[in-house]
Amino acid sequence: MNQPYYEQKDLDDFPNITEFAPELGEKFFDYYNTATSAGKLSEREKSLIALAVATVRHCPYCIDAFTNKCLSLGIDNDEMMEAVHVGAAMVAGDTLAHATQMRKIIKKKEM
Amino acid sequence: MTESAKLDNKDTFAEQLRQCGSYPLKAIAVNTLQMNITRKCNLACKHCHVQAGPHRTEMMSLETVSQCVKVAQHPSITTIDITGGSPEMHPDIDWLVSQMAQSGKRVLVRSNLVILLEPEYSHLIDKFAKNKIEIVGSLPDYRAQRSDRQRGNGIYDKIMEAMRLLNKAGYGRPDSGLLLDLMHNPAGAYLPGSQSALEAEYKRVLSQEHNVFFNTLFCLANCPIGRYLEYLKNSGNLDDYMQTLRKAFNPQTAQKVMCRTTVSVGWDGKLYDCDFNQVENLSVNSGSPDHIFTFNYNLLARRNIEIRDHCFACTAGSGSSCCGSLTV
Repeated sequence: MNQPYYEQKDLDDFPNITEFAPELGEKFFDYYNTATSAGKLSEREKSLIALAVATVRHCPYCIDAFTNKCLSLGIDNDEMMEAVHVGAAMVAGDTLAHATQMRKIIKKKEM
Repeated sequence: MTESAKLDNKDTFAEQLRQCGSYPLKAIAVNTLQMNITRKCNLACKHCHVQAGPHRTEMMSLETVSQCVKVAQHPSITTIDITGGSPEMHPDIDWLVSQMAQSGKRVLVRSNLVILLEPEYSHLIDKFAKNKIEIVGSLPDYRAQRSDRQRGNGIYDKIMEAMRLLNKAGYGRPDSGLLLDLMHNPAGAYLPGSQSALEAEYKRVLSQEHNVFFNTLFCLANCPIGRYLEYLKNSGNLDDYMQTLRKAFNPQTAQKVMCRTTVSVGWDGKLYDCDFNQVENLSVNSGSPDHIFTFNYNLLARRNIEIRDHCFACTAGSGSSCCGSLTV
């Protein structure tokens, strides 16, 4: 059997994640919808943040959903790519920042 | 639609309407008379559902145009919507706009704007202004690259030039009473986003980077027919696009679709529920007269609308129409 874990059609199942815990699921969706809708930040800004997070988190469903949303909002391809670079830079910075622990240990242990 | 992804019964537009209590879809009035007066156009855009282009020859006859002017006098008809092709290329456009303007009704002309730069047609800017004609210009995207992908290289810059001329004539300027609206449609296999968010971006970019101004942005979802359908098929996007439209079905839009208050007249005088049905050769049905010479307001104002699965394009998300989103 050659069935991938991730299937595009599973994105359609996202609204059903309320199954087995409907109250919590509904609370999540209230929160999700409020957090991703226009507030003090615009829908465009929030969509770019979501796209960056989606790529950092390697979520194929979110990448699909938010690439489409960014296109729908007329966001340029280079703007989307810049947002992805913010995510990439944060991951790189986060990795390198953790080298601090390594450097501290090295300095303590070496003669 | 002529060809699309195979559908289960439950996925059809008719079934979706049944489920939300809107079947059969019925007209409630005829407030807008939309006239598609020619298929001829100086452009051949990739998204054009009527497949207009320089080589098309269909033109509404003067006799049929005159009959439309007579029909438009009906007191319930408040908007005259003149489209094409490029309506400016119709030989009787000057006469038509003068006649319609005299009625005191809202008269709008859908323009690709580029045509107004051509010497043969540039006089129409003053003609439209003098008659207070509302201009709805097609600008698929506020960025040149995406817009030109649909309409051809260099067209975006020409649209900016045409908008400057229109602005100079008062169009899109505050308090001039001359309305210049723009039409957005996605340059690909996805749906338009929030109309207000897109309008804000259009206004920001066009004013700051090009010093041009307009009144309102109308968002239109691409309808899977004509040249756009060919694009969907050739790019392997048809099934996905249809599924996206179906998933985005919004029952709130079903009562507000424009066909419920519109009659669309083809170049040959035949009557349709909308411009999309016109392309699909689906004339008005259910016993209503289907020609402008047999126009009967009372029958048309309560006709059943001919629906097909391409109608999903008008009910997706915030809804879609020739005058933009149907819900906020």
